[in-house]
Amino acid sequence: MAEPLIERSSALRQLRRVGKAMTTPLLPDDYLALVNPLWSQRELRGRVEKVVPETENAATLVIRPGWGWTFDHAPGQYIGIGVEIDGRFHWRSYSLSSVPLVEGKTVSITVKAMPEGFLSDHLVNGLEPGTIVRLAAPQGDFTVPDPPPQKMLFLVGGSGITPVMSILRTLDRRDSIPDAVLVYSARNEDDMMFVHELRVLALRYSSFTFYERFTDADGILTPDQLDDVCPDWADRTTWACGPAGMLDAFTQHYETYGLADRIHVERFTLAAAGGSAAGGEVTFGVGGPTVDVDGATTLLEAGEKAGVNMLFGCRMGICHTCDVPLASGRVRDLRSGDEHGEPGEYIQTCISVAAGDCTLSL
Amino acid sequence: MAFSDVREYTHLTDDEIEAIGAELDEIRREIEASRGQADRDYVTRVITLQRRLAAAGRITLFASFFPPAWLLGTLMLGSAKILENMEIGHNTMHGQWDWMNDPEIHSSNWEWDTTQPAEQWKHSHNYIHHQFTNVLGHDNDVGYGILRMSRDQKWTPYNLGQPVYNFLLAALFEWGVALHDLDIEAIRKGEKDPKLLKKQLKQIGDKVGRQALKDYVMYPALTGPFFLQTLSANVTANLMRNFWSYMIIFCGHFPDGAVQFTEEELEDETRAEWYLRQMLGSANFEGGTFLHLMSGQLGYQIEHHLFPDLPSNRYAAISVKVKDLCKRYDIPYTTGPLYKQYGQTLRTIMKLSLPNRRTSDNPAPMTTREKRRLRDDERPTRRSELGKWSGAASA
Repeated sequence: MAEPLIERSSALRQLRRVGKAMTTPLLPDDYLALVNPLWSQRELRGRVEKVVPETENAATLVIRPGWGWTFDHAPGQYIGIGVEIDGRFHWRSYSLSSVPLVEGKTVSITVKAMPEGFLSDHLVNGLEPGTIVRLAAPQGDFTVPDPPPQKMLFLVGGSGITPVMSILRTLDRRDSIPDAVLVYSARNEDDMMFVHELRVLALRYSSFTFYERFTDADGILTPDQLDDVCPDWADRTTWACGPAGMLDAFTQHYETYGLADRIHVERFTLAAAGGSAAGGEVTFGVGGPTVDVDGATTLLEAGEKAGVNMLFGCRMGICHTCDVPLASGRVRDLRSGDEHGEPGEYIQTCISVAAGDCTLSL
Repeated sequence: MAFSDVREYTHLTDDEIEAIGAELDEIRREIEASRGQADRDYVTRVITLQRRLAAAGRITLFASFFPPAWLLGTLMLGSAKILENMEIGHNTMHGQWDWMNDPEIHSSNWEWDTTQPAEQWKHSHNYIHHQFTNVLGHDNDVGYGILRMSRDQKWTPYNLGQPVYNFLLAALFEWGVALHDLDIEAIRKGEKDPKLLKKQLKQIGDKVGRQALKDYVMYPALTGPFFLQTLSANVTANLMRNFWSYMIIFCGHFPDGAVQFTEEELEDETRAEWYLRQMLGSANFEGGTFLHLMSGQLGYQIEHHLFPDLPSNRYAAISVKVKDLCKRYDIPYTTGPLYKQYGQTLRTIMKLSLPNRRTSDNPAPMTTREKRRLRDDERPTRRSELGKWSGAASA
């Protein structure tokens, strides 16, 4: 990711240093944000510009990010969004449906209101244009390499269309969609987001095939039906995004055929990687409490149990609200199994466990 | 006089004490469940007001050569510092706003506009003072290691100077606070871990450097030929904050009626007894909304000590319930107008500069206690709402 402007220009960096000295212990941002809430890099933030209804229960939020945002996300990545509801910030992550850079000064995410999801419902139905939200920088590896593979297959269920939409729009911007098949399931036509845009794309590009599946009428697409809708699926690199059940079924299907490396999957739930960390004694702040933590308890949970006031956001490794610097020792990322041990390195406490004794700077 | 058993002092039965504890727990639960938008709006409004005041003060002081501007700018800057330290910084660092889950207003990373590093404040205040409130030899806030505030503290000829020390402490309050967590007594006795001392001194040095550069070099220099005028304005603003916060803080535990305890009280102290000690050891003062705002709601010191991490804007409403509870159980609830509370505090400071036999107060039974201040790992642990150090001793 390119550095924000302020990091690239040495004059601006100097100015910022003087500003910091003049506003210590705060930052110049804290005063500038009084003038315009977007003029702050302390926390990434954005203003909701538009809420565009997509279906009866889905809407696209067009957000103008504030200072510190770079518009160079890779299509298919997601961002964290923190919304204040009744005084508290709640975090979720959503795939960007916008194309990098070209849409000017905004980014968009498309959100489907889930019956049990009070935050998604708030985003679709309760968010007024003008609302200031917090953002977390784009991340995720559900992306298409550049140049894209010759043959692609997108397996999509429901709101899983959003990252794929970003990918397709980006390819469309370059006027070149390679041989691509989109298999998109939704309950019915009204529930199918972006259906018109996709149909137009299919008309414009002979290389792009759009298979619509309405599960109310035709039932859920099962892996064994894949041969019917896309006979050469095994020759294609596949991106799959949708409900967990669907992803599990297709992942297993690909594994059965020894094609596990041909399918890219996007999940929005914390899936712990195999291998357990050793656990150890964790010290919260130099001179702070020390507790014994096993290799399955996250540092955030352990800290909370020890009575430490710890910041948290999404609790699934997306928003980076819970980041703290590691003073010493090693920790393991539950998702990837990677170990981190650079002193001073920021670690995400919500998805990290102790790999031996460690100390956090709080 | 200092008491060694809160139960004996109040003449309450164990059941009554537990019932009081349950009622207070219930108040906490009610407030916790009802925290919401109105509370967030309150704190963000105060923060916005404070930042605007600070900016307006700094800008006005560019005309510091013009005496009315000097006065106005100084008042605005001093008020901004008072608001920041008391209603915003102190309360945020207690974790009163942590529930908002907002990294910009959170105890874990708030740094305040004074010379003491936040991390040291959270130890010396949130933990040492709030857990061991008014327990002689444990709570370093009893006289700040400088003043003799209890007849149970040994008199030495050094105490004859109390009126002077008191004035100096008030004027230099932020500096006293900056050194507070070093625990001068422990250093004097050679019990302080030199590594920790070095780390703390470095932390203080860095913070002092930044604060002094801002107030005493940068802003004066920016006003060019009026360097001295701006400098004097900034010094005055800091003094204003020092005197004011000193006075408010000394009204919290030293007016007549607030009692002190001996170490024996800490033995087997239950949560309910801890509550009682907080109520008996703290004193409120009365005043309007503005006074309470400018004192960080510490006019509700009793409520603050019962619930140090509940949002400060709720203390006024909580006080109605606490007062009623005290009335029903016949527990003293110390309060009065600010001038009276401070007057009593000042009288105690003067009086205790003399040995006990020279002063009239009914002589308290002298209690035996260990003279040495305990290290954190020797202290009992109990309360999670006081921050991360509360768990340190147990582990």
